[in-house]
Amino acid sequence: MRKKEVPQDDEGLMEGKIKDLCYALDENGKYVQVFSTGWGPKNAAMKQAWDEIREKVERTRQRVLAGEISPVAYYMEKNIMNIPLLAQYLELPKRKVRKHLKPQVFLKLDKKILEKYAETFAITVDELCTLNESGKD
Amino acid sequence: MVKQQKSNIPFVHRPAAHCENGVTSNLLNFYGIDLSEPMIFGIGSGLFFSYMPFIKLNYLPVISFRPLPGWIFKRVTKSLKIKIIRKKFPNPKKAMDALDENLRKGIPTGCVIGVFHLTYFPKPYRFHFNAHNIIVFGRENGDYLISDPIMENPEKLSYNDLKRVRYAKGTWPPIGGMYFVKQPSEGYDLKTAIIRGIKKTCQDMLHIPVPMFGVKGIRYLAKRMRKWPAKPGPKKASLYLGQVIRMLEEIGTGGAGFRFIYAAFLQEAAGVLGQEWLNDVSAEMTEAGDRWRQFAVMSGRIFKNRANSKETYEDAADILVDIADREEKIFKRLKTISLEE
Repeated sequence: MRKKEVPQDDEGLMEGKIKDLCYALDENGKYVQVFSTGWGPKNAAMKQAWDEIREKVERTRQRVLAGEISPVAYYMEKNIMNIPLLAQYLELPKRKVRKHLKPQVFLKLDKKILEKYAETFAITVDELCTLNESGKD
Repeated sequence: MVKQQKSNIPFVHRPAAHCENGVTSNLLNFYGIDLSEPMIFGIGSGLFFSYMPFIKLNYLPVISFRPLPGWIFKRVTKSLKIKIIRKKFPNPKKAMDALDENLRKGIPTGCVIGVFHLTYFPKPYRFHFNAHNIIVFGRENGDYLISDPIMENPEKLSYNDLKRVRYAKGTWPPIGGMYFVKQPSEGYDLKTAIIRGIKKTCQDMLHIPVPMFGVKGIRYLAKRMRKWPAKPGPKKASLYLGQVIRMLEEIGTGGAGFRFIYAAFLQEAAGVLGQEWLNDVSAEMTEAGDRWRQFAVMSGRIFKNRANSKETYEDAADILVDIADREEKIFKRLKTISLEE
């Protein structure tokens, strides 16, 4: 890759916070460092991964609204977690977390456990129970 | 211009493409060994390829363009005869105390962290990835001063934010892992280190006797890729292909799955060793890198499923086979390296 070929396809994925450091050949054929703001194929792959996550989150949200599954499932998907990972963060056995995904069980959870979930998902207990996040992404 | 933060430790932050290269390079620089990122990458034998379809992460087959996290640092410090200390702490409070103690003594300290809760990282990059490396080099008004090679300037993290990322959960949990230099090198031979690094990479790319690694791994991926549209089916196939591109180009590869960093290393090595032929090999490596990028461009069109795209998984796999042939040739040539030309 030559210096002038280093892609600058900024699609906002790096939020202006970072740049990709690339190595490319300069006019004299020597390798130098060049910053890149993004690259089409890579951006597309990142977007694909996030679309997939968002789709899953939305499907889970619908299931929560239909009363099939508890809000824990929604926030779990939203945080790109699965049951083993969530259980590790909560320091609870997996079977307990699995139980908490049932709406009937979730309704009876005591405040302490709810607070633990809320803390792990960085939301309030109220947001956890209602799926209403005050304008947060 | 890179801004330097005030700290009792005169640590110089320099950005790098890849976190582990950068952390190693910056840490050694603090102890008076000034080596570039490509040099660290080459000596640490950072170039690799593995494809392990029977292990899945987030329902996707594992593919990687680098050795296991921590190996580059380990190999470089060993090769340059630098004594290091590595520690893990089951107790988070003790991990933070040990870090504070190091900072009081003026020791810049590497930490392994997870990026999911890493506050200064852009949101789209915050997956549950637990093998990121940073150096903590001081405290200011209670906050920790962080040298993260991916960032242009030093960053800051609060006590709680740093503790949280040091105790990220999931695959390879860092468990508060930290590392630092116990005793700087008492003399090393850069030429020997370069040759050792190259030989190790040749070994990894050519001679691991299972089909998942090195150039054989690239061919293995090509073979499996041809079948993806039939099994596991078109939808998954496109996710698999997207995953390959993310691993190839994710932050830190310097482009084309580290191939350009390695080409830069070969150029530097040619100068240090006074062996002109390494410049030719570097040029071949650049061509291989360019082929990887063509593969990425084509793959992007395939998984986005452009209606006018006639390219198929077969075409993408053909490029991979070509890349494997090229890289095999490169490493067979490199394998013959010795101190005398």
